[in-house]
Amino acid sequence: MATATPTQAAPAQRIAAGQKTVTFEIWRGEKGKGEFRAYDAEVSEGMVVLDVIHKIQAEQAPDLAARWNCKAGKCGSCSAEINGMPKLMCMTRLNSLPIDKPVRVEPMKTFPSIRDLVTDVSWNFEVKKKIKKFQPRAPDAPDGTWRMRQADADRVQEFRKCIECFLCQDVCHVLRDHHLHDRFIGPRFFVYSAALEMQPLDTADRLADLRLRDGIGYCNITKCCTKVCPEEIHITDNAIIPLKERVVDEFFDPLGKLFRRFRGE
Amino acid sequence: MPQIDVPLVRGRFGETSRSDAWWLQPLAVFLGLSIFIVYSTWAALQGNNYHFGPYLSPFYSPLLYGDAPFAWFGPDKPSWFPTFLPFSAAMLILWAPGGFRFTCYYYRGAYYKAFWSDPPNCTVGEPRKSYLGERFFPLILQNVHRYFLYLALVFLVLLAHDVWEATKFPDGFGVGVGTLVLLANVILLGCYTFGCHSLRHLIGGFSDRISASSARQACYNCVSGLNGRHMRFAWMSLFSVGFSDLYVRLCAMGIWRDVRLF
Repeated sequence: MATATPTQAAPAQRIAAGQKTVTFEIWRGEKGKGEFRAYDAEVSEGMVVLDVIHKIQAEQAPDLAARWNCKAGKCGSCSAEINGMPKLMCMTRLNSLPIDKPVRVEPMKTFPSIRDLVTDVSWNFEVKKKIKKFQPRAPDAPDGTWRMRQADADRVQEFRKCIECFLCQDVCHVLRDHHLHDRFIGPRFFVYSAALEMQPLDTADRLADLRLRDGIGYCNITKCCTKVCPEEIHITDNAIIPLKERVVDEFFDPLGKLFRRFRGE
Repeated sequence: MPQIDVPLVRGRFGETSRSDAWWLQPLAVFLGLSIFIVYSTWAALQGNNYHFGPYLSPFYSPLLYGDAPFAWFGPDKPSWFPTFLPFSAAMLILWAPGGFRFTCYYYRGAYYKAFWSDPPNCTVGEPRKSYLGERFFPLILQNVHRYFLYLALVFLVLLAHDVWEATKFPDGFGVGVGTLVLLANVILLGCYTFGCHSLRHLIGGFSDRISASSARQACYNCVSGLNGRHMRFAWMSLFSVGFSDLYVRLCAMGIWRDVRLF
């Protein structure tokens, strides 16, 4: 299993030994209204953006709101936009950023702002409740257990790496720019659906929901979700496109359907 | 679906907090695809210089009607072809590989960004307010991709046959630089076509128990390996198919001289 690691830097941007003063433009405000405020912070080699946020909290702005927890890229709490790209603050090393210019840190734009860098991501949990749950087939053995091959388990294991940071939801233009939250569940929940739909023991059929209610057709394969995923899940290639193909099987491929009917499937 | 109250702050076209050269990638895609479309359209409409010795340009293969010995139905254009249109044998066939690339998952994502700014790049403001995606007409037709895949597989066999034909010189078996150009083209087209997302689904991805058949699993793993490099092979094969036509064309025009290797 791949472990999320802080982004490596271009050599030209490495911080020399010792300290350096860097300007951070941090969005300050409540419920969508606010402004960017500049803070100068002393930084040193090895620091990540979340370190700087904590330093600014400690030394200059004790009321600066930022959500964080594990500081190890596993809890998915410190999602924000750094220089315009959705990233985990705890996994973004300063030497991966052009720190000769001000570094801009702002909250995710796809979800309602609560305060400063904190957004309300509860919509995602409501969406998750709507997706059909795991429905296993009858047990394979008399003792109530199942048998499945490792290779089949491996395929869906990738999707289990998701830490629900919602960076993929934030970057997806269908939610971010077009605000189709009522018609589109977003990349995170296509990954979740794929984990269930491709699970060898599962018997539930989610294809009609994916097409009609969840709006998989709105995805136009920009691959931005894959690009920002800190767990390096191949969201587009391994989850969304395979689900799109299953929807094609069911609704847009009459010859394939006829062929399967002849084979008695 | 749950509702959400997100203040709709729609950025202007191109508005972003990104400080990198986000415009470079869509610009490169725009230029790369535009150059290919312009060249291939021009070459397809020429109707001449598409064969040289045993070589046949991939834009004209299979040659249904034409003045080359490879033509399936002779030199005259079909009687049903409208007289007011300029005839070129390439026009009869190029819709199939063109449709395969147009509906390809990789190219879709690339040209939506580069040609339609939908979006221009990740987290960059879009020019339009409305959005239908591939949910409604016309882009729902992209779901026809697997049918173009079937045609592309047939074309791959025909192009491989052209490579074999390209070894038949008047004095017997031989290999020229043109033979190798056509061979490289087929290999790259094969890597692109066999890495197709639809093929990956049809060959095993449709099943939740891929490992139930070892042959199916082996095929799925091979296609998945190529699928991981789909973008690379999409561009390499696009270049190779254009270059193959250019090579044959320039040889036929007497500008380049084909070198016989053995």
